[in-house]
Amino acid sequence: MELKANAPSGPIETRWERHKFEMKLVNPANKRKYSLIVVGSGLAGASAAASLAELGYDVSCFCYQDSPRRAHSIAAQGGINAAKNYQNDGDSVFRLFYDTVKGGDFRARESNVYRLAELSVDIIDQCVAQGVPFAREYGGVLANRSFGGAQVSRTFYARGQTGQQLLLGAYQALERQIGLGKVEMYPRHEMLELVVVGGKARGIVARDMITGALESYAADAVILATGGYGNVFYLATYAKGCNVTAIWRAYKKGALFGNPCYTQIHPTCIPVTGDHQSKLTLMSESLRNDGRIWVPLKKGDTRPPAQIPEGERDYYLERKYPSFGNLVPRDVASRNAKQVCDEGRGVGASGFGVYLDFADAIKRLGASVIAEKYGNLFDMYERITDENPYQVPMRIYPATHYTMGGLWVDYNLMTTIPGLHCLGEANFSDHGANRLGASALMQGLCDGYFVIPYTIGHYLASNKLDKVGTDAPEFKQAEQAASERTRTLLDVKGTRTVDSFHRELGKLMWEYCGMARNKQGLETALQKIPALREQFWKDVRVPGQGAELNQSLEKAGRVADFLELGELMCRDALTREESCGGHFREEHQTPDGEAQRDDQRFQHVAAWEHTGEGQAPKRHQEPLDFEYVHPSQRSYK
Amino acid sequence: MSAGKTMNLTLHVWRQPSGTSQGRFVTYPAPDISPDMSFLEMLDVVNERLIAKGEDPIAFDHDCREGICGMCGMMINGQAHGPRRATTACQLHMRSFEDGDTITIEPWRATAFPVVKDLVVDRNAFDRIIAAGGFVSTHTGSAPDGNAIPVPKTAADQAMDAAACIGCGACVAACPNASAMLFTSAKVSHLGLLPQGQAERDQRVLKMVATMDEEGFGTCTNHGECEAACPKEIRLEFIARMNRDFIRAGLRNRGERAGSGGTG
Repeated sequence: MELKANAPSGPIETRWERHKFEMKLVNPANKRKYSLIVVGSGLAGASAAASLAELGYDVSCFCYQDSPRRAHSIAAQGGINAAKNYQNDGDSVFRLFYDTVKGGDFRARESNVYRLAELSVDIIDQCVAQGVPFAREYGGVLANRSFGGAQVSRTFYARGQTGQQLLLGAYQALERQIGLGKVEMYPRHEMLELVVVGGKARGIVARDMITGALESYAADAVILATGGYGNVFYLATYAKGCNVTAIWRAYKKGALFGNPCYTQIHPTCIPVTGDHQSKLTLMSESLRNDGRIWVPLKKGDTRPPAQIPEGERDYYLERKYPSFGNLVPRDVASRNAKQVCDEGRGVGASGFGVYLDFADAIKRLGASVIAEKYGNLFDMYERITDENPYQVPMRIYPATHYTMGGLWVDYNLMTTIPGLHCLGEANFSDHGANRLGASALMQGLCDGYFVIPYTIGHYLASNKLDKVGTDAPEFKQAEQAASERTRTLLDVKGTRTVDSFHRELGKLMWEYCGMARNKQGLETALQKIPALREQFWKDVRVPGQGAELNQSLEKAGRVADFLELGELMCRDALTREESCGGHFREEHQTPDGEAQRDDQRFQHVAAWEHTGEGQAPKRHQEPLDFEYVHPSQRSYK
Repeated sequence: MSAGKTMNLTLHVWRQPSGTSQGRFVTYPAPDISPDMSFLEMLDVVNERLIAKGEDPIAFDHDCREGICGMCGMMINGQAHGPRRATTACQLHMRSFEDGDTITIEPWRATAFPVVKDLVVDRNAFDRIIAAGGFVSTHTGSAPDGNAIPVPKTAADQAMDAAACIGCGACVAACPNASAMLFTSAKVSHLGLLPQGQAERDQRVLKMVATMDEEGFGTCTNHGECEAACPKEIRLEFIARMNRDFIRAGLRNRGERAGSGGTG
């Protein structure tokens, strides 16, 4: 299979402009005759559904939550990047593009990244017009801050709730279209199957999570915006319901899965307290602007932090990376935290934690300035840990937080199944092997507001789409497959709960496919995961019935898919014999412990094809060319 | 840190198989609960034990577990989201309780929030209030430059205070009248405080209030329970602001039917 990226050539500044002109249009009067399905209502899904309905398409939108306003985009705290250069500090579209390609460790497609940087400015305008209450200066203009190691101030924010406010902006635009009758909204519906008719994506089967009914929906094209799959690690900063099911079903129907092993581990999360832990909480990495990260110099030093004198502390990031210090990119900060804890210098009861200390900042700026900047984060920390970070250093530890991998898409955001599009975190596209801070919100909204409204028209206008109804045999088959799967899960009647399997899978993934990976570990995981999966299907206990609200059944379906995905992630990580961004292979590092890429062999996207149950998936490659940003060893020293 | 110590609790939990069936309280012992657990993690533990015994686990809504998505919500000992101020149920930790405590857990009680199962209720009435006018009608792509609309910092900050609402429904659950005034006024105020929201300000408040009434929420009689229960500390003053906007819009639109015209 040849992977056609369909990215335009020519000067990079003009690619999207030219591509927009070259794409076909759907006549305004004909748009209402096309029906579109959008699955997911986060930043990407809600912005897409609203914008497509505004254009006149007949849109149906699905989400598993009780309301589209709950999607997990809402939890993003820090901000959204845009190359506005409002601060006159040397930012530009090219610089944002450059930083994003470099930050992604040269594993993203240049054309896509440039487009993202170019459209970033329109996103801010759009959100301001919607009434998103961004932070302002006293003169009334938009405020910016530097974020996640960027050398310019290009991040826009709304207190520590930027994701919430951007999502509510998109949600309100979506509700407006729902009120106008242009979008049919299906909350508490979970997509269980993709329906492909005549080689094209033509609908979905979804479960009504209240009645348990399996329902078919037909459309002219399907858009998946279902977020990331980091819950494969069980403990992650994702919402509990986040899952891989929608894109996994698409993978099984022929959509290729790009770079599944690229996961991001966020450095500033609250450490685990015990086996009851159900999720991890992230605190914005903006904390690293003022907090200093350290551990004791000596192993096993259990003194309270205040009793450890300055000379017996190791501010390891400042020591190793003098020019970036505590603001090194996420992958570097996370890996270093793991390293010092593995050396036995971690802090807290578990030993899996490092200090993030605000004592110096409080001395320099005063507690009230720190409270104004980070008050809500300090409160949240105190609520969870019962410790006051104004007095005692915070304890942090890395946690899974984002997945750069996802369904492979071309420049038009279409997967390898014609008509099936994929947006936001669910696709693999723009972040390469590592995502920079404040870029996820940008990508979700870019895809939804400004890319898919153009590219979907091109698809619809270029393809003859016969009328397909839900009485087509493909829908019946898909319904039957979903129904059999549900029945099988309920019929196992084993002894172990779904959560116990999920937790075990998470531990395997964290140990063997987490922050640092090696051949032996990945091979071990590739033995253990199939064994666990087999045990799951023999011994899982799912109480209740199919035809009712059944949260155990919902979880069981998702975990069944995670048990398959985990194997693919390990396979991808094993095959990629290099280190790049969030994918760190211990065998491939520089003498001073930094990630070492192998551009000769791995300057490509790995896209996996499902070849049938019980058969090895096939690895395809999309070569990556770098015409503008030349691959170099990332250095943050 | 309170590692090591655990608590023994007794739970009275509202169990109701579906929206159309009768509900009742069922008592469950909850031994060996760590004070470091969140309230929902405590329910997870109770549910794992119920499943092991072959019983149906307690259904409850939750998602982000960081206090921002607004999906969780339950009455804990008669208080929406429990005893801790400005805290959602998912962020409430068991160290707020004592060993030996009895805890009563119920769903939100309001005509406009019918029970779906156990502690799960249907809050889509909130979405319909937003759909009636809780937006700025702007087409994707039609926006001027972000800095072309200066917004005074104080207005932006106040708008943000109102926009912090997570739509959880605690205000309705806490109100003796099951009124949705705090929720509705938060959105009316968020948009009404900003220059972008002025064009539709009158229509917005009229339509949102009309929908709020149609959905079966009660009236506001100034108890203030909503503000006390709100996990995001949305202030009562926004209700006053909405009342003022509503009266003014009514006067300015006298003779026009609320709901006609506009783009929403």
